[in-house]
Amino acid sequence: MTVAFARRLGFALALPAVLLGLWWWFSADSESFYFPPLSEILQALVDEWLGPRRLDDVVPSLVRLLTGFALAAVVAIALGVLIGTYRRVRDVLEPVLEFFRAIPPPVLVPIFLLVFGIDDTFKIVVIAFGCMWPILLNTAEGVRAVDEVLSDTARTYRVSGAARLRHLVLPAASPQIFAGLRQGLSVAIILMVISELFAASNGLGFAIVQSQRSFAIPEMWAGMLVLGLLGVLLALLFRLVERRRLAWYHGLRRAQRAP
Amino acid sequence: MQCPPHRDAAGPPAPLGTLGLLALVALGEIVPRLGLVPRRFVPTSGEIAVALVDELGQAAFWQALLDTVQGWALGLLIASVAGVVLGIVIGSSAFLRELTASTIEFLRPIPSVALIPLAVLVFGTDIESKLLLVVYAAFWQMLVQVLYGVQDVDPVAAETARSYRFGRWARIRYVVWPTALPYVMTGLRLAAAVALILAVTSELIIGNPGIGNRLAVAQNSGAVDTTYALVVVAGLLGVLVNLVARWIERRVLAWHPSQRSEGV
Repeated sequence: MTVAFARRLGFALALPAVLLGLWWWFSADSESFYFPPLSEILQALVDEWLGPRRLDDVVPSLVRLLTGFALAAVVAIALGVLIGTYRRVRDVLEPVLEFFRAIPPPVLVPIFLLVFGIDDTFKIVVIAFGCMWPILLNTAEGVRAVDEVLSDTARTYRVSGAARLRHLVLPAASPQIFAGLRQGLSVAIILMVISELFAASNGLGFAIVQSQRSFAIPEMWAGMLVLGLLGVLLALLFRLVERRRLAWYHGLRRAQRAP
Repeated sequence: MQCPPHRDAAGPPAPLGTLGLLALVALGEIVPRLGLVPRRFVPTSGEIAVALVDELGQAAFWQALLDTVQGWALGLLIASVAGVVLGIVIGSSAFLRELTASTIEFLRPIPSVALIPLAVLVFGTDIESKLLLVVYAAFWQMLVQVLYGVQDVDPVAAETARSYRFGRWARIRYVVWPTALPYVMTGLRLAAAVALILAVTSELIIGNPGIGNRLAVAQNSGAVDTTYALVVVAGLLGVLVNLVARWIERRVLAWHPSQRSEGV
């Protein structure tokens, strides 16, 4: 047990350690302006990002990201259930939705900038609007594909309305909903950064581009690292939630796969 | 579990869908006219259409479209080849798989846009900066799907091939590749969409020539109608990319069971 654990830990840490070591080694006496030594980058990371910028830049970014994402999730799941349930609605709206999903979300940034101005509302709307399409379409697909036997059984027992939604439709569609949420989350992070690049006075994207423009290269690298870490942490957190909520589904899949 | 082979939903009856699109256009005409949204910022469908036709008549527009498509296609090609090759190499060896798992899990969620400042400094507005973003984003989509695909190989088929003394290359060609192909196609479809997003983003933010850059210029010069028209173009481009990716998927996987129940 412990041996297996140590083995897994060794495997998990070996390559990252080697890569970081190489980076450290090769950049140690780097003269290149754009690629400063890793030690300087880490110094900037500790000085800037664990210091004042954590509150001034990281927190506002995160708040906007999570607000936008939550807003998108609520609206998109509600609409997705509606569209997935009624065949007619789906038939009418499908091409429209496919079109909206196909618009690369960043091109909406200039338009929302026009309509909403440059404050937080603009950024939250951009994030929400951009990341709702994958959630919406996946939810609709999941709701549409609810197992027919289950659906008929529920009807036989006169389970309807809110109870049907809560005990049948949402759980049955949840693997798809989570797949949509995961796609939506990565779009949301992209839009968080882009909206801050366009117009902001604080935030991660703003701080990084500020460092770049003032040629504070170690700070820029440190900012990129923070952004990367943020992406990794959010993905990890998401996986944790997904594992808990979908434990039944993963178990089911495993059972089906085993001969 | 991540991405089971894709199956297209049966398409809706065309007339109803057309109705939906027409309703969208009508709504876009009526809502600004009624003053529900400020006309200054939200032009009517008619105005957007006029701007769009105007764009279609300009050589610079077509050049921009070509630039965007070129960056997208080149980036996607590099990312796909790298993803498939590395995916098969890593996926075929349990040792390599275990060794790289944590690194892949760490690098994959790093948002491509984090690379923007670096791309600007090192490459400026040359096509390399666009390619850097596109390739980074598309590569992981591809790699991860190929890894799933390679692990999905039926143990009996693999053992059989070994019993018949298939060489390494033959095993890859006749056992691994057909198994992984549906996953490769899923990866290609996802990567194609992401690559377009990053190509346009890079043009928009960094200023590489292309549709995104043209849009930024239109917005900065207050050409609201044109800005909207270019968003429509970007959307149509996205739809086209999705359609082509699905078409290729269907063609390539015509033999595969996941495609048989199509349209049922």
